[in-house]
Amino acid sequence: MGAILVNTLTFTVRFSVALLIASMGEMFNQKAGIFNLGCEGIMSMGAFLGMLIPFSVGGAGAVPGYVNILGLVVGALCGALMGLLFGLVVVTFRAPQGIAGIGMQMFGVGLAGTFFRSFIGGQQSITGIESVAIPGLSKIPVLGDILFSHNPVVYFAYLLVPLAWFVIYKTPWGMKVRAVGTFPLAADSLGIKVNRIRYQSLAVGGAMAGFAGAFLTLCQAKQFSAGIINGRGFIAVALVYFGQWHPVKILMGAILFTFAESLQRQVQMFGQAFPYEFLAMLPYILVIVVLAFNRKSNKFGPAALGKPFNREMRV
Amino acid sequence: MSNYKLIYRITVLTAAVFIALLVGAAIIIAVGGNVFETYWIILSMPFKNFRSLCEVFTRMIPLMIIALGICVSSRCGINNIGAEGQMHMGVVAACAVAFAVQGLPRLIAIPLCILAAALAGGAYGFVPGFLKAKLEVSELLSTVMLNYAAALFYNFCIRVPLRDPNDATGTPMSARLPDNTLLSKFFRGTSFHGGIILAILLVVVIYVLLFKTTWGYKMRAAGASARAARYGGINVPKYLIIAMVISGACAGMAGATELMGLQTRAMENITSGYGFSGIVVALFASLHPIAVIPAAFFFGILLYSQVNLQILTSVPPNLVQTIQGVIILIIVALQMIINNPYSQEKFRKRFFKNQIKDIKEA
Repeated sequence: MGAILVNTLTFTVRFSVALLIASMGEMFNQKAGIFNLGCEGIMSMGAFLGMLIPFSVGGAGAVPGYVNILGLVVGALCGALMGLLFGLVVVTFRAPQGIAGIGMQMFGVGLAGTFFRSFIGGQQSITGIESVAIPGLSKIPVLGDILFSHNPVVYFAYLLVPLAWFVIYKTPWGMKVRAVGTFPLAADSLGIKVNRIRYQSLAVGGAMAGFAGAFLTLCQAKQFSAGIINGRGFIAVALVYFGQWHPVKILMGAILFTFAESLQRQVQMFGQAFPYEFLAMLPYILVIVVLAFNRKSNKFGPAALGKPFNREMRV
Repeated sequence: MSNYKLIYRITVLTAAVFIALLVGAAIIIAVGGNVFETYWIILSMPFKNFRSLCEVFTRMIPLMIIALGICVSSRCGINNIGAEGQMHMGVVAACAVAFAVQGLPRLIAIPLCILAAALAGGAYGFVPGFLKAKLEVSELLSTVMLNYAAALFYNFCIRVPLRDPNDATGTPMSARLPDNTLLSKFFRGTSFHGGIILAILLVVVIYVLLFKTTWGYKMRAAGASARAARYGGINVPKYLIIAMVISGACAGMAGATELMGLQTRAMENITSGYGFSGIVVALFASLHPIAVIPAAFFFGILLYSQVNLQILTSVPPNLVQTIQGVIILIIVALQMIINNPYSQEKFRKRFFKNQIKDIKEA
């Protein structure tokens, strides 16, 4: 029992990272008033690039560390580009964001699948970024396994939480982002370029989603398949609601959901009698239940969320 | 809709397809394929012989039925992207009922199966509708989550309760449906099945519902402006739920036709992305039930090309999904131009000068 718990918690810390980074990015989008449901597609492309770059350098074998890092960076860059593309559709052309997000999702997943089939072909694996046990700290019983024996990228991801909090609440740019998402008309009257800030936040959010995708292939799965994201992008969007648009609460949400996910995996491994499909459903159902009973949280959200800004309209 | 507006709309949509094909061309070049050859295969193969044309028609059936449901929900102002899950539920229900009505005559058995699928899909559409109307849960998120849950539930059903008892291969799938529940094929040797009758029937039903009944009027009013509709005394949450139930029922029926007409047994990946393609079709048809027919034909061609791309070219069939995504992005982006009265007017002045008199009289 103890081993199961330690395993679950270790997996929780490791697997929550992809969700965490993606929802942090989505938080930037939503703070600026953009509901980016295309997160799934952006993550897909990030995941593909995270696979492609190390694979094209060294195949399944080991590659120098900087190549892996390059994979992460290129994934993030591609995510930023896709965020800007989404901005073109929903900011410049003021399209309805929900449906546009679904288009973005189909585009990203489809494109990643197309490129994967023609550039990589079939099931291949890469070495990826290995876990590093922090000397000393990882020797602490139980806690050492859970907290201090991860990938370097995991720690970086957790550092992003205070960083995101600082950027959103303590910098002029974060202030502008929040203003644009709350009352774009007022922000505009004070000389803030509403659409420019929205584009910027989409680029930041897209970069983080792409990074999260690249993390999935480079550090977690070490391979790519068409269904690798498997709804994580959508869960990331839901987590932003769950976390009431606050970085720390989003972190707690990401940990809770990954805990549910890892627990069901552990139970799947040990308890054979119960049909595993129902366990696998658990995280998705949990999202719906949480959203249903978290109704008040909508009031913490950015007031202009999902509403395109038209300078020529007075309301 | 007067004449010039329709032509204007068609012109813009054609431009959308053209841009999407350009993006597709860029992708084909990136993966090292031949652009013209690929597009020629996509567009000409369906018309090569009668069998392949029937393949397109077969794909039209679920596309049309799902798109009709999405027309209803989107007109009411709620985005149903859960058609995939509702379709899974419809397949499960139709399959379960089909084995229960084994001895009955076809005229009773087939409607019973379709009804069961509609009920299951409708119930599955009710959940996000209810959550949206009463608890303000974003339907975009809840339907997506329900999609994943439904796919897992479906996999469970074909693995355990509906599993074919005589199957030795180990693939999770149901037994072949009893003959009295199978939709008959129109032509020997083709896949074109009787589901099209249901699809055409639904076009009429949804058209009448949306444009000739009070329910439809109230739904459209709620979608056009929820606040104005509430001021006018329309119970908006109620119509949101009704629209979602109708939308889900359509998706469920699409699942039933796919099961009873084409696959004959419930197996993995039976929905094959129709739930999402249905959204593209509905958008492409500008949410008009009659325009769904040509739109579904076009996307039927696109979906059928997946088979040919696989066989004849080196271009991966995932290209079709990418193009669909691009088409969604472009159509929603062009909505602003489509619905812009100013540019509509400019278009009319330029190409329909002689119609000015008619409009003034009308």
